[in-house]
Amino acid sequence: MNTDYLELTGLTVSFDGFVAVDGVDLSVLKGDLRFLIGPNGAGKTTLIDAVSGLVSATGRAEFAGRDLLGLKVHKIARLGVGRTFQTATVFEELSVLQNLDIAAGASRSPWTFLRKRSGVPEVVEEAMETVGLTALADTPAGILAHGQKQWLEIGMLLVQDAKLLMLDEPVAGMSAEEKDETGRLLQRICVDRTVVVVEHDMDFMRSFAKSVTVLHAGKVLSEGTVAEVQADPKVQEVYLGPGHHTAEEAAIVLGEGV
Amino acid sequence: MTSLLRSRYAVGIGFLVAAVLLFAVAPALLTTFRLGLLGKYLCYAMVAVGIGLAWGRGGMLTLGQGVFFGIGAYLMAMHLKLADAGAGGVPDFMALISSDGVPGWWEPFRSGVVTIIAILVLPTLLAALLGLATFRRRVRGAYFAILSQALAAAFAILLIGNPVATGGSTGLNNFKGFFGFSLRDPANRQMLYFIAAGALLIMVLVARQLMVSRFGELLVACRDGEERVRFLGYDPATIKTVAFAVAGSMAGIGGALFVPIVGIISPNDVGVVPSIGLLIGVAIGGRTTLAGPVLGAIAVAWAETSLSEQFPSGWTYVQGLMFMLVVAFLPGGLASLVKRRRKPKAAPVDAVPTPEKAPA
Repeated sequence: MNTDYLELTGLTVSFDGFVAVDGVDLSVLKGDLRFLIGPNGAGKTTLIDAVSGLVSATGRAEFAGRDLLGLKVHKIARLGVGRTFQTATVFEELSVLQNLDIAAGASRSPWTFLRKRSGVPEVVEEAMETVGLTALADTPAGILAHGQKQWLEIGMLLVQDAKLLMLDEPVAGMSAEEKDETGRLLQRICVDRTVVVVEHDMDFMRSFAKSVTVLHAGKVLSEGTVAEVQADPKVQEVYLGPGHHTAEEAAIVLGEGV
Repeated sequence: MTSLLRSRYAVGIGFLVAAVLLFAVAPALLTTFRLGLLGKYLCYAMVAVGIGLAWGRGGMLTLGQGVFFGIGAYLMAMHLKLADAGAGGVPDFMALISSDGVPGWWEPFRSGVVTIIAILVLPTLLAALLGLATFRRRVRGAYFAILSQALAAAFAILLIGNPVATGGSTGLNNFKGFFGFSLRDPANRQMLYFIAAGALLIMVLVARQLMVSRFGELLVACRDGEERVRFLGYDPATIKTVAFAVAGSMAGIGGALFVPIVGIISPNDVGVVPSIGLLIGVAIGGRTTLAGPVLGAIAVAWAETSLSEQFPSGWTYVQGLMFMLVVAFLPGGLASLVKRRRKPKAAPVDAVPTPEKAPA
């Protein structure tokens, strides 16, 4: 049942002596919607960079029982690990349908590639419905609205059949309604997948997170439900400590009445 | 006309028109000499089809297609020289500067079959190896352009530095026969033109299939977001290498047909300057389209001949000016003018559908 889970053991990333991620132990189970939060420079994005193979790391990063560290980016992707970036990166000159079709096709035979696409693959159809872009199938991705691009990216992860989804600030720049839609979308897709979200938007986190990990200076500071994390004195210390955050920001993270 | 251009038969109709022009109209209207010139332009156009694929669709700015063109051309030229010399004979230029006879690595090309296979395989293979070596290391953009240009320069220097084996800076010329047919006979020269026209049409069909296929979509995706493609589970190096190898193959075939049609191949036809010249036609025509590179290459080559007949030294300036104008004002090439008329406006995205409320 729970074989598709992410297990990090002593994950460490250092750049020329600067340790960005410092011995992180983390496990995220299937069905979880885990938010990674923390002040700027806490190592959140670097952590998912390491798991997806973009930067090299030491320690272990197991997904579904396989260590991902040291594998090439496209090999990791083929093991069912998908990610998005802070800025939506879709193929702007290709249509929504083409974007999704490409995402669905990494395991196709070479012969298939030499032929024209005939019809719409079922997974692509489903994904377009899930992310609500069916009506825009033939629209070039470049002229989609910002939120739609992010949804398209999530749709690409779905057709890619990613079992582990790592999203880097998926709601940055979205309107309040778009954020709500995205949150509900994430809740739907996390049912049979493992989802990790790096986010700065604390309202969004409090509304939709199932569990939260707080990173600080490359280390895990606290972990638990939203309420547990908010009540953790160490988290309060980091967010209230001098020079880190303003009182308002801290209030948003920790809830009212701090 | 506009509705015709827009219809889904547009490509087929365009292709038929091109075939009629090449196979019926041109031979009827042009003298043997002019038809030979057109044949030469068609050889350039073959290289251009490949550049359109590699650069226009794949984003690989290759300034060194002269290398693959040159390999195809020199292979063909070596065979023609050996065939002219007769069984066991020594080509005339070699006998003039050396008494060592034919170098060992020339010998296989006495055989026409070996030569044809080599023309089809060697440029493709070299492009594939080069592609794997560079794209695996994520060499791209300007670095790839510089690397390919350096390769063209090195290739020309290598040819000049070995006059005994390659004819040096004079190159190889004065071919008398082509697989048993005399090159003096106008009928045979016309047949060569038909072969070139047929080869070009086939290449356009191949390029068209690659563009509309899933591979073509993936190639554009690689051009616009190589990292993203990698995160989808593809190795972009493989995809780009395939496109680059196809481009190399087309250049090689173009070079091989260039030799009997033009009657000379020298380092001046394969070095840095001609390599960039090939690119200019593609840029002017419209590198991302199917017909743009072909028409651009033919038009530029034709303009070069006509202008050089009138003002022998003026061409370089005109070429440079055209390139600058296109890059500055029409980055999509002349083809983008046609497209602009066809698609008046990109449809605005006003209806903003939201994700479904219920799970799908």
